[in-house]
Amino acid sequence: MTPHSLTDLQKRIPAARGALLWKSLDQLANTPEFREAIEREFPVAADEWPDALSRRRFLILMGASLAAAGLTSCSRQPIEKLVPYVKQPEDLVPGKPLHFASSNVLGGFARGVLVESHEGRPTKIEGNPGHPASLGATDVFMQAAILQLYDPDRSQTVLHRGFASTWDAFLAALLQEENEWARDGGTRLAFVTGGVTSPSLRYHFRRISERFPNARWIVHEPACNLETPRVLPSVDRAGVVLSLDADFLAWGPGMLTNARTFARRREPGNTMNRLYVVESVPSLTGAMADHRFPMTPSDIVRLPEQISAEMRGATNPAAPPWLPPLVRDLRKHAGDSLILAGEFLPDSAQNEIRLLNEELGNVGRTVTYPTEALTFPGTHALTELASQMLSGSINAVFLLDCNPVYTAPADIPFAEALRKVSFSVHHGLYADETAEACRWHLPDLHALENWGDALAFDGTISIIQPLIEPLYNGISPHVLAAALLKQWPANDYDIVRSYWRGILANDDFESLWRQAVHDGVMAGSVSTPAAPPPAAPRAPPSPNPNAGSGLELLIRPDPHVYDGRFANNGWLQELPKPMTKIVWENAAHIAPATAERLGLHHAEEVDLIYRGRSIRAPLWVLPGMAENCVEVALGYGRTRAGKVGSGLGFNSYQLRTADAPWGGPGLEVRATGRMHRFATTQEHNTMAGRDLVRFADLTMYRETPHFAQQHGHTPAPDQTLYPPFTYDGNAWGMAIDLNACTGCSVCTIACQAENNIPVVGRDQVQRGREMHWIRVDRYFRGTVERPDILHQPVPCMHCENAPCETVCPVAATLHDHEGLNVMVYNRCIGTRYCSNNCPYKVRRFNFLSYVDHSTPTLKLQRNPNVTVRSRGVMEKCTYCIQRINFARMNARNQNRSIRDGEIIPACAQACPAEAIVFGNINDPDSRVSKLRTDPRNYGLLAELNTRPRTTYLAKIFNPNPELKNV
Amino acid sequence: MKNDGQIFPRWCNTLAWASIAGLILMGGTMICLLAVVTRSPYLTRVDIPLEQPVPFSHEHHVGGMGIDCRYCHTTSEISPFAGVPSVETCMTCHSQVWKDAPMLQPIRDSFLSGKPVAWNRVHDLPDFVYFDHSAHVNKGVACRECHGRVDRMPLISRQETLFMGWCLACHRHPEGALGPREAVFTPRPPDQSEIRSWLQAHAGAPARPEMERPPSVTAQRLTDCSACHR
Repeated sequence: MTPHSLTDLQKRIPAARGALLWKSLDQLANTPEFREAIEREFPVAADEWPDALSRRRFLILMGASLAAAGLTSCSRQPIEKLVPYVKQPEDLVPGKPLHFASSNVLGGFARGVLVESHEGRPTKIEGNPGHPASLGATDVFMQAAILQLYDPDRSQTVLHRGFASTWDAFLAALLQEENEWARDGGTRLAFVTGGVTSPSLRYHFRRISERFPNARWIVHEPACNLETPRVLPSVDRAGVVLSLDADFLAWGPGMLTNARTFARRREPGNTMNRLYVVESVPSLTGAMADHRFPMTPSDIVRLPEQISAEMRGATNPAAPPWLPPLVRDLRKHAGDSLILAGEFLPDSAQNEIRLLNEELGNVGRTVTYPTEALTFPGTHALTELASQMLSGSINAVFLLDCNPVYTAPADIPFAEALRKVSFSVHHGLYADETAEACRWHLPDLHALENWGDALAFDGTISIIQPLIEPLYNGISPHVLAAALLKQWPANDYDIVRSYWRGILANDDFESLWRQAVHDGVMAGSVSTPAAPPPAAPRAPPSPNPNAGSGLELLIRPDPHVYDGRFANNGWLQELPKPMTKIVWENAAHIAPATAERLGLHHAEEVDLIYRGRSIRAPLWVLPGMAENCVEVALGYGRTRAGKVGSGLGFNSYQLRTADAPWGGPGLEVRATGRMHRFATTQEHNTMAGRDLVRFADLTMYRETPHFAQQHGHTPAPDQTLYPPFTYDGNAWGMAIDLNACTGCSVCTIACQAENNIPVVGRDQVQRGREMHWIRVDRYFRGTVERPDILHQPVPCMHCENAPCETVCPVAATLHDHEGLNVMVYNRCIGTRYCSNNCPYKVRRFNFLSYVDHSTPTLKLQRNPNVTVRSRGVMEKCTYCIQRINFARMNARNQNRSIRDGEIIPACAQACPAEAIVFGNINDPDSRVSKLRTDPRNYGLLAELNTRPRTTYLAKIFNPNPELKNV
Repeated sequence: MKNDGQIFPRWCNTLAWASIAGLILMGGTMICLLAVVTRSPYLTRVDIPLEQPVPFSHEHHVGGMGIDCRYCHTTSEISPFAGVPSVETCMTCHSQVWKDAPMLQPIRDSFLSGKPVAWNRVHDLPDFVYFDHSAHVNKGVACRECHGRVDRMPLISRQETLFMGWCLACHRHPEGALGPREAVFTPRPPDQSEIRSWLQAHAGAPARPEMERPPSVTAQRLTDCSACHR
C-alpha cells in the first residue's frame, strides 16, 4: 500500500465535486492499487488456479473431473428415511416452525428474543416485540447466539486436570472440600463470576454466602465498566442530545431501545432531533451525529466542567470554539435536551454530567437515574484475590462464566495464582484459557438449553426458557449452585420455578408463570422509579491528572467479539467492523495527522509500549479519530478459543492494568517497518464515486424536498430493447431509510442466519470472496480530520430491467411475475457473467465449497426452507423468498390477499431503527408504497434504467445554524 | 509399388467412413439409451415398491377399511408437509387389533422403547424443490392426482416420475387436475353420478371461493421459478 501524505489528501478534497464521498484513504488518494482493485470484477487469482499447474496435470484433472461429473449424473437418487415421532407433540405441525420466547443475556442483562424452532431444532433468533430491551429488534450478539449453541468446539465434558471426568466425580470431590469450608465459614473460598442480574441465581448466591459467610465474591466483567451509575434515557423525548463518548445507539444493554426511539425522533420535520457527539474513536453513534467533534479522552473529561462554566456565563478562552453555540442550543432546549456520559468516563465527569442534566431540568423528563443496582455486587477486587491466591490464603476458587486467565489485567498474574490453588473450578461454555489452568472444568449450558431468568436494563424480569435438550453434557449454573448448597439431584426448571413460586406467592401462580414463560417477560415487573436522590455536590475543579503531552492509549471492547467471548463465532468474526470493515482481526487505530506526525504508515506493524509492557499491532489510519491517541480493541490474541477463534489478531489485555483498565496517557509507538496485510471488505464492491448516498441539511430539504431525485436523469421506462414486463398481482419492493440506519450491521448477520450463508474465512475475504448478501457500505465525506460518516446497506436491488438476467446463458437468473429477480441454483453453471454485469456488485459466488457438510451440529442450525448452495453456484439476496412464499401459502389457504406487513425479511425484522421496510408496491396503501412517494426516495444508479425495486430515502442532517462555520 | 510412400492402404478410406458413421450412430444410441434409462423405472422408481420396516398396506387400510387420508397424514391441509403418522397413531387401533401380529413387532418395540421407526421415503423431491401440500389440497388437487390409486397398492410406490416437466405440465394447465374440494381425499376418481350430483349442488351457486384466485395471483405466477425454487 502506498503511504499517503496528509497534505496531498487534503488538496484532493476541494478539487472534487460538491459532495465527495470516499470509502478509504486509498480511494481518496486514488492510488494505482486502488484503481486496479476496482477495475477488476474479481480480485487477483479469483479465477485462476493458485498453484503452478503443468499442462499435463491440468489435462489429468480435467479428465478426472469430467468422468466424475458424468458419473454423478448417472447415480440413482438415494433413498432417504422418514422418521416420524413416536408420540407427536401437541401444537407441533411438521413443516411449520414454532416460536418460543426466551432471553439472551450479555454482561448479565437480558434482551428478549423469540426463537424459531423447526421440529425441536432452534434455527433463528428474532427480537421479542413485547420485551422492553428488544422491541422486536436484535443486535449482532443475539443473532450469533444460535451459531454459538451449535458450535462444535463448545466444551462437551467435565474435565479434571485436563482429562475427561464426570459430574459425579466432581460432586464427590466437592463434598470432601465442602466440609472443610463449612468449618471456618469459607475463609479460604472465593467465587469469581461474570455479570449476574438473575434474581434466582442471586438468591442462590445469597444462600451460599449464608453457608460460607467468609467467602469472597468477585464480579469480573472485563468489557463493562461496572462502576458506572445506571442511567435510563428517554431518547425520544429529547430534541437535543449531547453524547460525551457515549455510544448509546450501538452499545450497552439498552441500545436497541435507544436506537428505536432515536429513529422515531429523526423524521425530518419540526420535531427532528439534533445530535452532538464528542468522542475519541468514531462510533456508530458518532456517525449519526449532526455535529461530531473528535477529542482525546483527557479533553472529554474536562468538557463537562467547561459546559457548566459556559452555562453560568463565564467565558473560557480554553474552551473549543464550538462549545458556546452548543451550550446555547442546550439551554434553548432546557427540559427537552439530554446529555449522556460515556461508560468509560471517570466518576467525577459522570457526576458533573448528571448535575448538568439537573440544571437543564432534564432529569425526570428525558433521563432518570435509578438508584437500585441490578447486577450482583462483589465483595472484593480481582487484584486482591490474586494476591491472596498467590500467598496461599485462598485455596478454593470457583470461576463462573468468566475467563480471567485471558481477561485479567496484565499486572495481575492470574494464571500463576490459579495454579497455586488446590481446588479450582471453572464453569463455562468453552474449555478456554482459564479452564486449562483449573483443576476442574464444568461445561456450562447455552442459554437456549437451560431455564433461567435475568433482568433487562430497566429492571424487567425476563425468563430464559430452553429450546433444545442440552447438546453436550452441560451443567446449569443453577444446578451447580444447588450442589454448593448440598441439594442434588436438582434440575434448573424446578429451581427457577420454585424460586418464583416463593416470590410471587400467589394462589394463581400457575397461570402467572405460564403467561410469563409464554411472553418471555413478567408483566408489570418494573416498579415506577422513585425520585432519585440528588447527585453528589460538585467537586472543586481538579487539575486534570491525564493532562500532559504524548500519546494516549484507549482500550475498548471489540464491536463484534466483545471481550473475547465470541472469538469462536465465525459469523461475528466475518462481520466487517463498522468503521474499518476489518474482519477476523483487530488493529491499532490512529488519526491520519498523528500517524503522519510520527512518521507511521497505514498497515505498518508497530510496537505499542505502555507502562513497561509492549505488544505488536498493525496500524490502521482511521479518519475521524481524535489526534494523539491510539485505540486498541480487546478480544483477540486468544490461545484456546477453539478452531475458529484461536490465534487471531493481537491481545490488548497485555497492555491493560488494574488501575487503568481503559488506558491513559504515556503510550509510546515504535515503528517496525514491517507491513501487515489486513483482511478488510472496505474497498470491495466499490461503485466508484457515483452519487450513491444522498443527503442534505434540514433547511435545504425544506427548500428543495426532491433534492435526492435531481441527481442525473432517470430514463423513461420504455427506453429499453427488452419487452416490457407487467406486474398484475403483487410487486415486491423495499425501501431503506438512510436517515434511520445506524450502520450497526445486524441486517448482515440476520441475513446470514436466515439464508444459510456460509463463513469463508480470513484468506478468502482477502481474495474478495465474502458471501454476505447484504453489506453495509461506509463512506466518509469532508475532511480527513473531521469527516462525516455515512452508512448504506446494499442488498440486491431486484431491478425491473435487471442487467444480470440478460447475460445469463442458461437462464439461471430471471424475473418472476412479482418482480423478484430470482436465482435458480440448480440451473447455475457458474459463468459469473451476471456478477460481472451487476452495477451494484451484490452477487456472490461460491468459489469453493464453503458449506460445512460434515459437522453434525452445524447441520441442525440451517434453515430448512432455504437451499444450501454448493461450489460453483452464484447466489444473492432473494428478499427472503421463503418468507414471501410462506405468507403466500397462508393467505391463499385462507382465500385472501397477503396483508401489508405480513412479510418481513430477516434484515428488516432485525433492524433496531426500523430502517428497512418491505411490501407490495402495487398496493398504494402499503408502507413501502408510501415511502416510495416520499420526496426523499431515490433509486441507486437509476440513471442506468435498471429500475431498482430497492430504493433509498435520503439522509437529512439537522445541523445547528450557528455552527456552520466552526 | 503403386502406392509407394503411402502408409495406409486404400481400404482405410472405407474404414474411416465407417468409423465416422459408427461414431454418429454410437453417439445417437448413447443419447437414446440415456433418455431411456433416465425415464426407466430403475431411476424414477415408478411402480417399484420400497422395502419398509413394516409392510404397511394402503390397499387394506384405505381401500378395505375406508380410513380417511387425514387420519394419518394429519397436516396435509395446513402444512407443506403432509405428515407421517406417529407410532402412537398406529397403536390407537393396533393396541386392540392384531396386537400380537409378528408383522407389527417393530411398531410395538418403537412404542415401548420410544425409538422411532425409520420408513423409507417413497415420494422424495430434490432438496432444492419446495413443494407445499396445503396449497394443492386446498385448491382441489386430489391426492390421487399425484399419488395414484393408493387404495389399490398393497405396498406404496411412486405412480409418477416427479420430473420437473411433469410438475410444469400441470402448473401450465391446472384445470385438468382441479376437482371439487370435497373430493380431494377420495381415493378413487368420482363416477358420473357423483359428478352429476356435485354439479347439481353447485348449480347456480357462485363459483367456489377456493377456486377463485385472489387478485394478486396471476396464471403465470404458477410457472415462475420462485413458485417452487428458493
